[in-house]
Amino acid sequence: MTRLLPVVVFTVVMAALPLIPGMPPFWIVLLDNIGLAALVAMGLVLLTGVGGLTSFGQAAFVGFGAYTTAYLTTVYGLSPWLTLPASLIVAGLAAVVLGLMTVRLSGHYLPLGTIAWGIALFYLFSKLDFLGRNDGISRVPPLSVGSVQMYDPSTIYFVIWAMVIISALLTMNLLDSRVGRAIRALRRGHVAAEAFGVQTARSKLLVFIYAAVLAGLSGWLYAHFQRNVNPTPFGPQAGIEYLFIAVVGGAGYVWGGVLGAAIVVILKEVLQSYLPLLFGGQGQLEIIVFGILLVILLQLAPAGVWPWLSGLIPLKLRRSHASSAEALPPRARVASSSGPLLKVDRARKQFGGVVAVNDVSFEVNAAEVVALIGPNGAGKSTTFNLITGILTTTGGRIEVHGQPVDNTPPQEVVKLGIARTFQHVKLVPDMTVLENVAIGAHLRGRSGALGSMLRLDRADEAKLLAEAAKQIERVGLGAEIDQLAGSLSLGQQRIVEIARALCADPELLMLDEPAAGLRHMEKQRLAALLRQLRDGGMSVLLVEHDMGFVMDLADRIVVLDFGTRIAEGTPAAIKTNPEVIKAYLGALA
Amino acid sequence: MNTTILLFLLQDGVTNGAIYALLGLALVLVFAVTRVILIPQGEFITYGALTYATLSTGGVPGTAGLALVMGIVAFGFDLFAMRKAFHGGKLLRAALVDIVFPAIVFALAMTLAPHKPGVAVSIALSLAIVAAIGLFLYRIAFQPLAHTSVLVLLIASVGCHLALQGFGLVFFGAEGLRGPSLSDASLNLGQLMFTGQSLAVYGITVALMLALWLFFGFTRFGKALRATAVNRLGARLVGIRTSLSGQIAFLLASVIGAISGILIVPITTLYYDTGFLIGLKGFVAAIIGGLISYPLTAVAAIVVGIVESFSSFYASNYKEVIVFTLILPVLVLRSLAAPAVEEEKD
Repeated sequence: MTRLLPVVVFTVVMAALPLIPGMPPFWIVLLDNIGLAALVAMGLVLLTGVGGLTSFGQAAFVGFGAYTTAYLTTVYGLSPWLTLPASLIVAGLAAVVLGLMTVRLSGHYLPLGTIAWGIALFYLFSKLDFLGRNDGISRVPPLSVGSVQMYDPSTIYFVIWAMVIISALLTMNLLDSRVGRAIRALRRGHVAAEAFGVQTARSKLLVFIYAAVLAGLSGWLYAHFQRNVNPTPFGPQAGIEYLFIAVVGGAGYVWGGVLGAAIVVILKEVLQSYLPLLFGGQGQLEIIVFGILLVILLQLAPAGVWPWLSGLIPLKLRRSHASSAEALPPRARVASSSGPLLKVDRARKQFGGVVAVNDVSFEVNAAEVVALIGPNGAGKSTTFNLITGILTTTGGRIEVHGQPVDNTPPQEVVKLGIARTFQHVKLVPDMTVLENVAIGAHLRGRSGALGSMLRLDRADEAKLLAEAAKQIERVGLGAEIDQLAGSLSLGQQRIVEIARALCADPELLMLDEPAAGLRHMEKQRLAALLRQLRDGGMSVLLVEHDMGFVMDLADRIVVLDFGTRIAEGTPAAIKTNPEVIKAYLGALA
Repeated sequence: MNTTILLFLLQDGVTNGAIYALLGLALVLVFAVTRVILIPQGEFITYGALTYATLSTGGVPGTAGLALVMGIVAFGFDLFAMRKAFHGGKLLRAALVDIVFPAIVFALAMTLAPHKPGVAVSIALSLAIVAAIGLFLYRIAFQPLAHTSVLVLLIASVGCHLALQGFGLVFFGAEGLRGPSLSDASLNLGQLMFTGQSLAVYGITVALMLALWLFFGFTRFGKALRATAVNRLGARLVGIRTSLSGQIAFLLASVIGAISGILIVPITTLYYDTGFLIGLKGFVAAIIGGLISYPLTAVAAIVVGIVESFSSFYASNYKEVIVFTLILPVLVLRSLAAPAVEEEKD
């Protein structure tokens, strides 16, 4: 419950604020505005700071929420409480439509795309007749509970801040879950997450909708707080402002959104009311000063104010890992010993005119360590990518247990029991080792986004984390379990990747240069681990340049050169093979 | 619709499109070199246009003073950066660029403006003023942030846009201004009449594009900029000063913005905040061009101009909706055509 303690304190403080005698009503209005902005910013924290999808268009979703309730309550006279779900659903549906287009965009196309539809929607709001064009909709009824009509900013205050705190809790719950880890992995690229079964496109759409629904909620509250709705607060300027609320507060942190909203709303208010006193009422001085302060703030704290503040108060909450969770059920193994586990048959990959993998064939049997070696550029990593579905083949067949897997997406390949590591380490540096490894067990959990938000996922989650902790112990990194992955040495990060792959309960473990960057003792420990895994029935396919390591460990070696298989055999046979010696040392050797 | 209207709309679209093309090119240039999405581009347009208009009516534009103040601040930044490794030559260069250059421009503006200088002098002064602002803007706001993420740069860019737009209101007031046209000549070609102004738009756009092509293809600085765009670290390792590349990019962008403004202001009245929307349309073109390709951006800009002029004829209410929705299918097509490559971000 220590996790909840700061939230409880915050709730009590916020509930007490308006009850302080002599509290100026104007401050309450400010707090209301902060709450409204904080809801939108919280969605952006998830979307932009955590998921890496920058959106300038959130103001448009606020507009969807506000216009929906304004229209339904004024035209059909519905109760605001009935229109709440309608507002959220409209914002959510708009997000589905826009999101299906937008989340496909990569890199900088995405923020620019959101600017474009943000502006288009703003103009649409201000041109549609039934939404009152530029004048908007006025005389929106206030919220009411029983006979209490919330005309007063200090009564709707409680509704606004209850929503903010509930949303913050749900958001934190979501981030601290199986679905949340998939979201947090998005910002660092797709390949690793997809290799463990994460449907990245679906995760992106999920956060996009989530952020839009929070914005819609803010819009619903806004409509009943201001009691009239016009297009101005839903335009591109507002969209930009929400984004920098999130960035100023700290785009990666849920409470950063709330803090950023407080900073920006109060700063604007102070500037608006005091600058004219200092300089006379000329022009838009507050905008100038606001812009300049923003640039200064970014130069001083580019990561936002929240992480800077929480860095001042070193408060480390340690998790307890002594979990009594039951073990995850192992994968149903294919019992047949009839065929090979993995069969690569004349696999071919061309990039334009370059043949990276030229009709390569080899097999991996159950409980066997096979090494794929060859000089740089021989096509080893490309072969790995073909097997795991990251690249599509140009020709040939790849089968797992007799089932073709070439050109199936990586998420399906891992289901067949193939887990891998990467030559260039692909961990999420700002997640702990435990959380990174738990991504490996993604497909072995069931709980979804809604369940996670309501904490119905705890049993499932405990099993996943227990499995992750077990695999971390197994590879010998138990001491580092709570470290951020980015703080480990490169060699240790490679080992973390192995633990993550083991979490998927694979039948075939594919390791791309696992020993690179390891010290001698660490290599020996790794070799021992791999032997132990093989003796337990797992197969290992590895690419490695350390010949001593390979020759000691491998049962069989496949040698590639310029994309072509030039030799295959036991370590002893490979050592003396003239073709191999020629490839490595040149024709004259 | 008859041919006259069709031709007229096309001509109008191409004229606007040519200006969007210039802006698009500047945006692409700045993004490629500095990773900054240049939202203040709109302010360069209005500053150029309104400075030119103010000068030609005999007023002293406030932008001249702003350039001087920003120069002094930039000098302060340069001094601060030199605190550990003092270098006489660098100090001299900084003083020349940061103080002497804007001071001369300011003095010229003060002395020449009351005599209502001719078109050529007004243009030269306006360009010098906006160029100085662009250069110092990079030095003050973006150079200290050069190592941060695209998102932080983007937000800083928004901050600059707000501040500069606020200054615009202080300097030029809420009233719109119009400037004298560059040439009063006109040319009839069949049913079409080309004003001297629209011919100037075409001529200057083509000339600038040619100049940019020559600059990037054949000069050392141009190649250094391209190298910075491909890989900042690599460029630094071979001795290119990436901060200088950034300054040049901003200098070019501000000059291009100011030229666009000067080209527009005789055609339509500009207000202190008009630049934002014009700049955004340059954006649309730049995005369609993928923020990388100059020729594609130019073609896209013409298309944007034509779509805009046709939609303002048929559905003037929904003109902006149509223009900004235009890029969505393009974005989706681009993303489908080039599936996401793994990016090592941050």
